[in-house]
Amino acid sequence: MHNQHLVWISPVRKSGLAFFLLGLLVFIGMLFSNQYQLSEKVLSSSINNSTHRQLIEPHFTELMNTSITNKFTFIEGVRSTFKHYNDTVYQRYHLSRADIEAILTQVKSMGFYDLNMLTAVFNTQDDYAVYKIKKLSDYTGWLSGQQGKTLDEINQVINEKSVEINAKVLLDKRIDSYAIGQYLYAIVKASSSAKVSKNTAAFFIFSVVLATIGALMYIIPEKFSGPAGIKNNNVFKNSATNGGLIGMLVMSFLVLVYIALYFFPEYIIEWVSLVDPLFEALNGNGASAWSIYGFIYTLAIVVMGVRMFIKYRHSNYHIARTGSIIFFQSCFAFLLPELLIKLNQPSTDLKNMWPLDFDFFDAWNLDSLSSSGDIGLFMLVWGITLFVIGVPVFTYFFGKRWYCSWVCGCGGLAETAGDPYRHLSNKSVNAWRLERVVIHSVLILCIVMTATALYTYFTGVKTIAGIDTYALRSGYGFFIGALFSGVIGTGFYPKLGSRVWCRFGCPLAAYIGLIQRYKSRFRITTNGSQCISCGNCSTYCEMGIDVRAYAQRGEDIVRASCVGCGVCSSVCPRGVLKLENGATAAVIDYSKKDDTVNLVRVVSVEESKVMMN
Amino acid sequence: MSTLVIIGNGISGVTVARHVRKLCDMKILIISAETEHFFSRTALMYVFMGHMKFEHTKPYEDNFWQKNHIDLKQGYVSDINTDGKVLNLASGEHIDYNHLVMATGSQSNKFGWPGQDIPGVQTLFSYQDLALMEHNSKHAKQAVMVGGGLIGVEMAEMLVSRGIQVTFLVREDRFWGNILPHAEAKLVQKHAEHHGIDFRFETELKEITAGVNGRVNAVITSTGEEIPCDFVGLSVGVHPNIDLAKKSKIALGRGILVNDFLETNIPDVYAAGDCAEIEVIDGRNRIEPLWYTGKMQGEALAKTIAGKRTKYERGIWYNSAKFFDVEYQTYGYVFNEPLAGISSFYWQHEEENLCLRINFHNDTQVVTGVNTFGIRMRHNIWQNWLANNCTLKYVLQNLRDANFDPELFRRYEKDIIATFNKQQPNNQLTLSPLQWLSKRFTKEKAHA
Repeated sequence: MHNQHLVWISPVRKSGLAFFLLGLLVFIGMLFSNQYQLSEKVLSSSINNSTHRQLIEPHFTELMNTSITNKFTFIEGVRSTFKHYNDTVYQRYHLSRADIEAILTQVKSMGFYDLNMLTAVFNTQDDYAVYKIKKLSDYTGWLSGQQGKTLDEINQVINEKSVEINAKVLLDKRIDSYAIGQYLYAIVKASSSAKVSKNTAAFFIFSVVLATIGALMYIIPEKFSGPAGIKNNNVFKNSATNGGLIGMLVMSFLVLVYIALYFFPEYIIEWVSLVDPLFEALNGNGASAWSIYGFIYTLAIVVMGVRMFIKYRHSNYHIARTGSIIFFQSCFAFLLPELLIKLNQPSTDLKNMWPLDFDFFDAWNLDSLSSSGDIGLFMLVWGITLFVIGVPVFTYFFGKRWYCSWVCGCGGLAETAGDPYRHLSNKSVNAWRLERVVIHSVLILCIVMTATALYTYFTGVKTIAGIDTYALRSGYGFFIGALFSGVIGTGFYPKLGSRVWCRFGCPLAAYIGLIQRYKSRFRITTNGSQCISCGNCSTYCEMGIDVRAYAQRGEDIVRASCVGCGVCSSVCPRGVLKLENGATAAVIDYSKKDDTVNLVRVVSVEESKVMMN
Repeated sequence: MSTLVIIGNGISGVTVARHVRKLCDMKILIISAETEHFFSRTALMYVFMGHMKFEHTKPYEDNFWQKNHIDLKQGYVSDINTDGKVLNLASGEHIDYNHLVMATGSQSNKFGWPGQDIPGVQTLFSYQDLALMEHNSKHAKQAVMVGGGLIGVEMAEMLVSRGIQVTFLVREDRFWGNILPHAEAKLVQKHAEHHGIDFRFETELKEITAGVNGRVNAVITSTGEEIPCDFVGLSVGVHPNIDLAKKSKIALGRGILVNDFLETNIPDVYAAGDCAEIEVIDGRNRIEPLWYTGKMQGEALAKTIAGKRTKYERGIWYNSAKFFDVEYQTYGYVFNEPLAGISSFYWQHEEENLCLRINFHNDTQVVTGVNTFGIRMRHNIWQNWLANNCTLKYVLQNLRDANFDPELFRRYEKDIIATFNKQQPNNQLTLSPLQWLSKRFTKEKAHA
């Protein structure tokens, strides 16, 4: 009788998995659906700096107007063109020994130096000659037409000035790597055959929609498979969740996606096209690489949030915090910033705050906020109030969890999409030691980096004790912002667990953690001496806290890293753990403890049931 | 320096070792044949179900023992010479001791049924049993569990997690009938049936038969029914493991006889945990095969060994368990059958697997014990109430303070007190106020 109702579950889940994989296949496959053809039109639309365009255009002759199917070949072709251009820019633009000899030969025959002779010397109209003539005019114009200088004097001036001119060639003519990145992305997008952007609806339905439906078909039947409760069956036997082969495949995929996103967005232009219409509608500008990321990120939180709703349907605590996470991610992190762009206001995620939002005090943000009127000022004040007053107050009453497992976007992903990997966190004492050193170092680094940024902002001085404040910021952005929080923090979910960033890297978590550890009412209490040391709590702690070590001694758990997800309490088979902020009652009221009731007769269980119905 | 040798690395033996180490710097050696390191026996089921790996069941990292100067030896003690204070190991090694703790635990009961040793028939107690169960259940489709107790329901849950159908033979008329009153037993039964368990009450095992491959193929019950199966789990209780003690001069009853100080008849030889039988002058000797009591005995014994002779006092009785998804806690005494002079107030939720039974003295209305299913209760509150002889009225009105469910869980105190008021219309009890706000700002609430 038990199984007959459930025969539909397995086929539905299996087809759901198939749909999901098919959708994923289409999603990845579309990256390789385009052909690429470079044209003058492409260049003029992609490179808005006309000098750069004129400079680079002649170097593209080889790629021009040929259709290329292989994305890697095409992108590498464009990239190496820029690289080759930069590598040879000095060679081509500097005043060579031969140039100087030629000038001096002319001077010798004419007896004096004159700018007009340069046209004859260089004898071409190309950009190199124009540049050299321009520079020589600027640097040596005063010498032009002066009679009576000795050849030696002229020789000396030309040589000295050419050294000065040559020193600036790279600065003038090189295209910097930031600009190359921008051009590369634009060129790839403009020269693609645009299969995805011409058929957005179809691609969207057969990738994102199909995978979402598949995922939900896999997730939702779980609700009907039996009574609610903790069901971690086979978590350590399934290679998707025990760090095995499937997990490693997922990890490779995630890492590649993050690397592409941060460093090579030109490889994922098809994904951007996929959400272009959506973002066009939201913000009026269309999508960037970060748009598809934000979209998939939010979708993952929603879909895997549904999984949380079902997995923990017996626990209002998990239902409430998952609902909160979904709300803050979809409204505050996803929708609001896009709508602000549409309203021509500074785009900001109001629930994010310094020091997690490490560039809040960067000049561009301060400028943008301070030049945006009342709303900008509000955002500035809000952002500062949140971490100066909000964090201590909320953390005092509720612990770190008010942010880390109820509001935060990084935490939100970890609590939903990361839930299947939560048990992979390292529980050893050594990992805890490492955690304390690393996370607090990041916090200190972030404070120093911010302080120097503010110093530069207000004084205009760009170096402190020989350290370039800009380099400090970009270094932090690269190593902490991109590599640590993205590539390692999320990419390594299937190997290191879901909270690597939150545990080892997040400066905000470090800050809130210090308050939780030393000045908060929050703690996990243990119920008397009822711990049976089974280890479920420690195993399923995503922060790698050895909860059992405290519980089996009957001690409260007060740890800086605890994000209050409440899973230890849920998986405990003896109900030993409880997350608490409040006072717990302890004293007997002796004046009332002997009060009696007027018992007429004792009611049996059967009678009581009849009475209640 | 004197040497403490502990035979058995279960919770009792390990607790003795840890606490002796805290109290003095004796040389400590733990000998176990089962595993190299201490693990949580109660967690074996989670290893089988894939919730955890075996390494997760170890409460201490492997380097903990060396760091705390507790020596471990994996080996089998073959006999004890209490005159010469020396242990002989199966490996031929001899180990001298000054103090000896017997913490050899339990063995699973088998009552001499025909076929009880056929391949595919097993008990579950040790690490080795777990490996055997992994092997035995590999191709199993249909299992029979014999004996309706805690290990039985755990084995059933393990088997169900592998999609194996379980038939449960229970000698009593209800599940865990020697502990649970009818209503609670029924609640557990219904929940287990929801998970697909097929119960046969008032049914005993008569015989286990083997098929042509020599493995189990059916059991025959006391009602004459033949149930085909390819796995049989025997969980009809445990008895003290005294195989080793039998070969020595240590006095034995059903277990190793000890006094309230856990001392045996031989000086410097002690016993703790499942294997100890505590002599009671005017009553039945106590054997307490529980995790909690094993731990408490270990703590008391450690003090004695470290020089501060300490009685083992159990305090207010408590226990807890989990039946599939339903958690059970008990404080004080709640007997399985009605007891003269004691009454029950019983509340059960109409749909959910939640119930609460509070027992009290008829004359004084002092509460004697509580059973709770599906609602977590706060240990120290119940301990206080029971130790201070609080009345039913006091307990019911302050029931909120005892709740230990996670935040935001539905609370049932109003429901419970409404039920009481309906059953006893002469009384209109009210709950103590919630005091949500004052709880935010105070360290401890004054009254409970």
